[in-house]
Amino acid sequence: MSALSVIYALLFYAATLIFLVGVGRKIWIYAKTPAPLKIPTMPAPVTQTGVVLRMAREVVLFASLFKSNKWIWLFGWLFHMAMFLVLARHLRYFTDPVWWWVNLIQPFGKYAAFGMLLGLLGLWGRRFFVERIRYITSPSDHLMLALLLGIVITGMSMTFVSHTDIVMVKDFFRGLMTGSIRPLPDDLNLLLHLALVATLLIVFPISKLLHAPGVFFSPTRNQVDNAREKRHIAPWAAELDAAESGN
Amino acid sequence: MADFDIPELKETLEIPPLKEDAMAHSKPYVAKAEFQEALGFPGELIDNWEDVAVKKLGELKGKFRSLQVFLDSCVKCGACTDKCHYFLGTADPKNMPVARQDLLRKVYRRYYTFAGRFFPKLVGAVDMTREVLDEWYSYFHQCSQCRRCSVYCPYGIDTAEISMAAREIMDAVGLGQKYCNEIIAKVHKIGNNLGLPEPALADTLEGLEEEVKDDTGVDIKFPLDVKGADILLVTPSADFFAEPHVDGLIGYAKVFHETGASWTLSSYASEAANFGMFIGSYENMRRVSRRIRKAAKELGVKRIIFGECGHAWRVAYSFLNTLAGPWDFLDPNYPVPQHICEYTWDAIQKGKLKFDPSENDHMTLTFHDSCNVARASRMGDKPGGQLEIPRNIIKTVCNNYVDMPENTIGEATFCCGGGGGLLTDDLMELRVKGAMPRMAAYKSVVDEYGVTNLAAICAICKTQFAKVLPYYGFTMDQIVSVHQLVGDALILSDAPSEDAGDEADDE
Repeated sequence: MSALSVIYALLFYAATLIFLVGVGRKIWIYAKTPAPLKIPTMPAPVTQTGVVLRMAREVVLFASLFKSNKWIWLFGWLFHMAMFLVLARHLRYFTDPVWWWVNLIQPFGKYAAFGMLLGLLGLWGRRFFVERIRYITSPSDHLMLALLLGIVITGMSMTFVSHTDIVMVKDFFRGLMTGSIRPLPDDLNLLLHLALVATLLIVFPISKLLHAPGVFFSPTRNQVDNAREKRHIAPWAAELDAAESGN
Repeated sequence: MADFDIPELKETLEIPPLKEDAMAHSKPYVAKAEFQEALGFPGELIDNWEDVAVKKLGELKGKFRSLQVFLDSCVKCGACTDKCHYFLGTADPKNMPVARQDLLRKVYRRYYTFAGRFFPKLVGAVDMTREVLDEWYSYFHQCSQCRRCSVYCPYGIDTAEISMAAREIMDAVGLGQKYCNEIIAKVHKIGNNLGLPEPALADTLEGLEEEVKDDTGVDIKFPLDVKGADILLVTPSADFFAEPHVDGLIGYAKVFHETGASWTLSSYASEAANFGMFIGSYENMRRVSRRIRKAAKELGVKRIIFGECGHAWRVAYSFLNTLAGPWDFLDPNYPVPQHICEYTWDAIQKGKLKFDPSENDHMTLTFHDSCNVARASRMGDKPGGQLEIPRNIIKTVCNNYVDMPENTIGEATFCCGGGGGLLTDDLMELRVKGAMPRMAAYKSVVDEYGVTNLAAICAICKTQFAKVLPYYGFTMDQIVSVHQLVGDALILSDAPSEDAGDEADDE
């Protein structure tokens, strides 16, 4: 067993833990923080089913972004949808036997990497060439794109240029899942890919990647328009009422 | 006319090249100690304000999910950057919604996030300094809380929520805005924004009765504090005095008269506006709202109806049940509250009102969707009723109606430039520049379709347009109240029949 395999095993345990605890903690905070007022952006759905559909349009089609700017929508949507395909394809490295639908999307998942690449380059280009977006860009915004691009390029070069010993990689991760450390191929491309992925997992809970859980908790998108029919009151606001009861 | 450049109205709305700090000098007057204290805030900037500001931010993000989620979720995609009327009119990059949010977000990051605590430069986090506070005071008073950015944000981030929080924090450390806080203090003390006491109000209403009697020959009442009336009308106090607001009030009275309604105004709750929302203060907004509850109980009314006022209707429609409900003591057959447009449209559909739309033939109208009505409330029982019902009313009472371009109305409507507590003379440059997108859209229908007038259902919009229209080459009387149009076209069934001569002209 090489020291490298042990280091990567520990890295992935730590990264996964940080990711799960960090994002879990944020979701807990979002869920327990009250939304004291009804603030859906109107016109808004008047039923819970309507809200589910509105949210689905937002997270599947990026409907608001589409209204806003076709270029950002194109690059952003392309990147995210391609990413979901690529992520789904990666399930094959964690499942045995591989689920039927993962096999089904395998070819699409493979070429979706080009979609991710194009999307990221488009989004990054806008940070340089569009004055308004250049103005609002922080160093961390560039770093995030660099990180994602690094993951995509190292991944693509393993798929399309020089293959790694994928059976061994799968064995490594299947091992981690059952608490045993097995050897990892000694392949620079792979090691780089995995190190960047671990980094992404670690920074997720402390970065703008929180938009992923955040969108589901956004009161302007997830509230039903029924303020007149149903009294909506936060616990801390109800205390104000209780303090002067009798009015 | 002005000591600043008035934006040119172009045929297509252009995204301006950035002019950094173009509006850094814009600041409203600071509130005096007596008004701060009347609202429960420190009179002037306290000694340890940095600490208190940071703690207040922490408190607010724990009380408002919107704030917590919005501070975390922005990815700087740029979707909102060209959506704010103040940015389009001033070219100041800090008026781009995301940049405005970042003024608060960079402090949040510094004190409340791992990345901001340990790598401030990387994520653009900064300490709470006097410089930051001054920037907040300037730029959070360049947001009219119109929510246009929230329509376009992929996460629904609403800059209004951020500027409300920032204003609440500034109030908490003793740096309040004069215009809003003076007004709220007046409401707490007297009951309306104008500080108009009961005798003066009674006098005004009596004057209106005489005026309408002279004009129509009909005894149309403007009842005040009538116990046992069915309907309590809560309307912005500007309706009692300002032009064209008062013509709207006359319109409501005519509609009530013609439908045979029993209604009253209240001198205790003589204000629909609720500036508590503008300063982000739940407590003050609640205190103002509860005057309406008290008045409704004391007068023993069955229903509450709101007059034409944009943010008032947001607070009424979306928040009143929360702030001053439950309304179980009112007639359950009606929503609480209702908008005067809902009442009028309902009466029209039931055939209770007859009109002569030719009375409005000297005008070709367009309708300005007020931001708080369009994006923060509803009318009727279907989504979008707040956009349709006012238009349906106008089309019933006027023969000539044209909409402004699609991307400037409805949910995409541009703010008048004076909302959100900015309708004050010390912010005139901002107001004029912020009105540019709306004025450009108006000009396009004036040029193309010969539109002569702009109708609105918001007291702030009406005052703002009366003031800024002349800067753009129009006249102040081009802004009209929707219920002014209703009142002018309404045929009063008990009117003395003296205008037979008028009708002879028709054929």
